[in-house]
Amino acid sequence: MAARRTTKKSNVSADELKAYYRDMLLIRRFEEKAGQLYGMGLIGGFCHLYIGQEAVVVGLEAAAEEGDKRITSYRDHGHMLACGMDPNGVMAELTGREGGYSKGKGGSMHMFSKEKHFYGGHGIVAAQVPLGAGLAFADKYKGNGRVTFTYFGDGAANQGQVYETFNMAALWDLPVIFVIENNQYAMGTAQKRSTSTEDIHTRGAPFGIPGEIVDGMDVLAVKEAGEKAVAHCRSGKGPYILEIKTYRYRGHSMSDPAKYRTREEVQKMREERDPIEAVRAMLLTGKHASEDDLKAIDKEIKEIVNASAEFSKESPEPALEELWTDIYAETAPQNA
Amino acid sequence: MATEILMPALSPTMEEGTLAKWLVKEGDTVSSGDILAEIETDKATMEFEAVDEGVIGKILIEEGSEGVKVNTPIAVLVEEGEDVPADAGQSAPDAAPAEAPAADAPAVAAPAEAPAAPQTDSSPDWPSDAPMASQTVREALRDAMAEEMRSDEAVFLMGEEVAEYQGAYKISQGLLDEFGDKRVIDTPITEHGFAGIGVGAAFGGLRPIVEFMTFNFAMQAIDQIINSAAKTLYMSGGQMGCPIVFRGPNGAAARVGAQHSQDYAAWYMQIPGLKVAMPYSAADYKGLMKTAIRDPNPVIFLENEILYGRAFDVPQVDDLTVPFGKARIWREGEDVTIVSFGIGMQYALEAAEKLAEDGISAEVIDLRTLRPMDTGAIIKSVMKTNRCVTVEEGWPQPSVGSYISGVLMQEAFDYLDAPVINCTGKDVPMPYAANLEKHALVTTDEVIKAVRDVTYR
Repeated sequence: MAARRTTKKSNVSADELKAYYRDMLLIRRFEEKAGQLYGMGLIGGFCHLYIGQEAVVVGLEAAAEEGDKRITSYRDHGHMLACGMDPNGVMAELTGREGGYSKGKGGSMHMFSKEKHFYGGHGIVAAQVPLGAGLAFADKYKGNGRVTFTYFGDGAANQGQVYETFNMAALWDLPVIFVIENNQYAMGTAQKRSTSTEDIHTRGAPFGIPGEIVDGMDVLAVKEAGEKAVAHCRSGKGPYILEIKTYRYRGHSMSDPAKYRTREEVQKMREERDPIEAVRAMLLTGKHASEDDLKAIDKEIKEIVNASAEFSKESPEPALEELWTDIYAETAPQNA
Repeated sequence: MATEILMPALSPTMEEGTLAKWLVKEGDTVSSGDILAEIETDKATMEFEAVDEGVIGKILIEEGSEGVKVNTPIAVLVEEGEDVPADAGQSAPDAAPAEAPAADAPAVAAPAEAPAAPQTDSSPDWPSDAPMASQTVREALRDAMAEEMRSDEAVFLMGEEVAEYQGAYKISQGLLDEFGDKRVIDTPITEHGFAGIGVGAAFGGLRPIVEFMTFNFAMQAIDQIINSAAKTLYMSGGQMGCPIVFRGPNGAAARVGAQHSQDYAAWYMQIPGLKVAMPYSAADYKGLMKTAIRDPNPVIFLENEILYGRAFDVPQVDDLTVPFGKARIWREGEDVTIVSFGIGMQYALEAAEKLAEDGISAEVIDLRTLRPMDTGAIIKSVMKTNRCVTVEEGWPQPSVGSYISGVLMQEAFDYLDAPVINCTGKDVPMPYAANLEKHALVTTDEVIKAVRDVTYR
């Protein structure tokens, strides 16, 4: 995954830029493949694609350090790939197979990785917000200097538990970064029809939580804002809000006809603001990479994604005995 | 290489659809993300996008075609300059692999014959010569939490008024002084939020005890209890456990009206992934609370305000723990089995006392935990008495007792000489008036009448 920087620099290296390109492209191609497998009936139920929003997670992962935690909603495939989870395990969970991260028992919306400090994957809108603050509470209790990235959307921002959490996070100076991925539509409802405030991060101000707007189609802007937020949290100053303005190209879920916005609106974003194209142009014009270099990355990503699709088809369905396992833990969990 | 474009499934329930409109024609070059067609599903008209790049070599299904099965080839994509293969579109639609035949689900066991007596654990919970001291339920609960907090740094208590106020019901008296405000934490009045923070802290490696001032207020937090705490271990394939105790008074207190007088035993008992304790005596409060805090799973610990001030003998042993899923027989008897838990036990024991005066010998079982439930102890007792009455303060539809009745029907039918009777709270919201409230709860007289009915005496 993206090379992690150990020192603060105002510029990114060519290698880092290439890594962001690669990581964003992996998410894009993975999601396209997931959409295809859904169309073939290999993936069932709900499937929420992340296409268009790739710069958000890739930029923030570039600002994270080993041991930092992340938790998000049901639109979670991008977060998992960005934090280094295995595409095979993610895709096989989407197809409900034994090789999936949850042995096929969680599905698209419910995946976890203790190893990568990824705490889900939550299907109830905004439930992950107090959970994320709870993870931060545990880190503060242990005094380990870790921060938790708690992602939620503009739709979730209207749930009451978000503000219950803002209050306690501020009251107790919890090291949590609230990342509002504002893709402008809560399922089919545009922000202006659902949300009284234009800039959602301003809702943190009454609680004393600083926040800012970030251009979510610019991976470098996201990374820079992420570093600022991380520094704030790690220094013990309490929570921070990043409202990242982004855009999802696909429907809310696979079964969304997307009649609430025009085809032209989507097309305009894709053509003018695509986060991957932007980095590609930066690499080429800055002569940080040649067309051939980028073709090689494209090829590598295609192979990884195709391999994940193959794995997800070949991995067997879970054994029937799995129906009855993992309901109760027998021994104390080693939650980190 | 030519690839077939297949009729997609565009909703979780779609099996076939109408190819409403083609937005490309043969010979068009397409790239990933281009819209190829509009397809009407069972829910809506959807745009269907290209995944691969290429040239539309041939359209196999005309627009306007209805009832096109999912996975039917609808067009052929070729590379620039490539010809369409002669057999394009001849392949039969693949059966969706998601429908792959699964082995038959195990059938529910239907015992053809009356079962043998179940194996039950009736060993004593503490040595019979352990010295006893009288202690209230309130003190027993506090001691249990304090002992576990002393032995495990990861255990902490959070809730409304638990610290400086010393507990709304004084359960946490003295804990702030001993453990400090890092581990005994006053929360704002924000049940949904602090329940979620507690669950997150448990995911993060701590062992929270979350006090609800009463379980009535936990209804605001029930999504976090069930969807986040109870289900995550399963949804994560065993990776992410949630060791947490949710505790507080449950059920009716006295004259506090409908919104503050509900018994949630039957609600929480239904949820796989939760454990549920509802003790009666101070010794069981202490031993079960210590077990609950050590348990790697989420535990609902249902206490009772009226019992808080009641004193019982508590064994003075070093580390008093009581296992979950093990009932306690308070009184042995021959003629009827009375099953109860929590404050219901006081009616059960009073009824047994009075019935004994009339020569009816009742065996009284305290379930202590409802999930896991020691149904073996009930069945074993009913095999001896052949009659059963259940006692609880909660509502009847459904009740803990109706579940027990079902278990006895299925597993001990041949041993029953009378229908099981469930004594429950009345099927009404709790009234305020003192006389009405008394009647809304289960009464000792009702238990006595039920026993007389099932024993025909």
